[in-house]
Amino acid sequence: MNKYILRRIAIAVPLILAIMTIVFVMLRVAVPGDPALLLAGDQATPELIEKIRESLGLNRPIWEQYLIFLRNAAMGDMGISIIHRQPVMDIIFSAFPFTVAVTFYSVTFGTALGLLVGIITAIKRGTWIDNLLMVVIVFFYSIPTFWLGIMLILIFAVGLRILPVQGATTWQHFVLPVATLSVGQATLIARLTRSSMIEILNADFIRTARSKGLPSRKIILVHALKNSLIPIITVVGLSVGGLLGGAVITESIFGLPGVGRLAIEAIGNRDYPMIQATVLMVAITFIFVNLIVDLIYAFVDPRIHYS
Amino acid sequence: MTTLKTSASTPVRLADENIEPSRGGFYAKARREFFGNRAAVISLIWIILVILSAIFAHVLTPYDPLQREAEVRLMGPSAEHLMGTDSLGRDILARVLYGGRLSLQVGFYSIIAATAFGVPLGLMAGYFGGRVDNIIMRIMDVILAFPGLILIIWLVALLGSNLTNVIFAIAFFSLPTYSRLVRGVALSVREMDYVMAAKSMGAGAGRILTWHIFPSVIGPLIVLVTLSISGAIVTGASLSFLGLGVPPPTPEWGSMLADGRAYLRNAWWMSVFPGFTITLLVLAANIVGDGLRDALDPRTQK
Repeated sequence: MNKYILRRIAIAVPLILAIMTIVFVMLRVAVPGDPALLLAGDQATPELIEKIRESLGLNRPIWEQYLIFLRNAAMGDMGISIIHRQPVMDIIFSAFPFTVAVTFYSVTFGTALGLLVGIITAIKRGTWIDNLLMVVIVFFYSIPTFWLGIMLILIFAVGLRILPVQGATTWQHFVLPVATLSVGQATLIARLTRSSMIEILNADFIRTARSKGLPSRKIILVHALKNSLIPIITVVGLSVGGLLGGAVITESIFGLPGVGRLAIEAIGNRDYPMIQATVLMVAITFIFVNLIVDLIYAFVDPRIHYS
Repeated sequence: MTTLKTSASTPVRLADENIEPSRGGFYAKARREFFGNRAAVISLIWIILVILSAIFAHVLTPYDPLQREAEVRLMGPSAEHLMGTDSLGRDILARVLYGGRLSLQVGFYSIIAATAFGVPLGLMAGYFGGRVDNIIMRIMDVILAFPGLILIIWLVALLGSNLTNVIFAIAFFSLPTYSRLVRGVALSVREMDYVMAAKSMGAGAGRILTWHIFPSVIGPLIVLVTLSISGAIVTGASLSFLGLGVPPPTPEWGSMLADGRAYLRNAWWMSVFPGFTITLLVLAANIVGDGLRDALDPRTQK
């Protein structure tokens, strides 16, 4: 078990390093113009620009810049925002809780709803309930996040006037963004749970449990669900990536001051240190979530130890 | 052509041994099952209609999608303007029809690019194994480590927002999915007797990959392509929605939705119709994809 955990962590380290390298190279190669010039603004004197160049280490050879970038990033220093004129990490850390909260609640509600619908459709396979729910699932699975968000605003905020349109001051502000992201999560998990449950319900050990005369509620909830959970846990971990990426859209629709909106704003303003840091932070968060998911996975499925 | 057919159906026959023999080969059976699926056929017809209406947009509507008419700003749906007009007095139906051109291009071209690069990479990784496999798949892991839209948005932002870069970014992000799928199939097929037989007869790697392994990939690949076209169209529209796609005034479904957001209170039609169009197209593509999967998967084939 310990060995597995160590090996899993050992895989995450080079992955993070690779991502940091790509982010560094992309920004140096693809960005036209001098970052110092951008930071200095239009009315800067050549002396000021030279000073900024020096403080950013831009006058050193590229490999040295790369090492400095790695060292600074490891210490949580990702540079200064060109627009906000503050350390980017400070800004990101104040925005992070919003994104984490919305992602967390969406994963939780979406997964719970998806499991419920998935179990119902698997048990009632072939009946009208299954057929109806499957149609509903395919429909909601196909609605793009941004349109769903807008439609929810149109119905609940503009039409019924029971929820606020934009902002992040009360809990009501989080209902629509979480609902928007939960729908996608629920349909994903429901589809997966259904197929996984159907496969397990046909397995020999379920037949054994049934022939022992165990109540069918116990068979479904204990024997079948527990075994179906294994592939579902992995997908929940991977889906966090989609939700973090989806935050870009929901945060911009609902005006939430999260990391996704920071990223879009930074792209619009060509605030390169900010772009770099948001991409890196979201990617690293995603890697950590999946690391934790893999550890849970090893805990749930004892077979992992031997592989 | 015969080589292609026999090698494709070999792994399938193994799974089907206990099932009563039926007429025709694997693909003939799959075709019969798919066309027996009413929802899938209706969806396929819908997709074809959307493609045709995008191609013949200039014939179908008398309006110019860029023509501004100050007198008819923000008009609700009527007989003259079936989907109403937008804040600049442009006909929304015309913009929806013309907008399909861009969305469909993004969908098709990015998937073609992802297939063109992802399939050979996956074939090589699965067939050669060892170091080749390791290098290719670790690179794919790195791409996958960037969560969803973020990587695509970042690439488009760095490279500049135009149609080519949007297509490139979406294709780039799809590479891991394609190479992983193909690698998995190649891994399972490369130990099959008929591949061994081909190898022992002196066939080279290129020949084996193209004629003996690739045919087994076609089935799952068709399903993945259908299901990911809808994803690519949504991603393309999402980029335009965020202001990173093709610049205005070019009609695009995502940017039309973005325009409509400011007018939610007094012009719901600006947001409802373009979004509904995307949803229906995505829905149809997903139903066709599911239908193809059921028809092409030997485990679910009836």
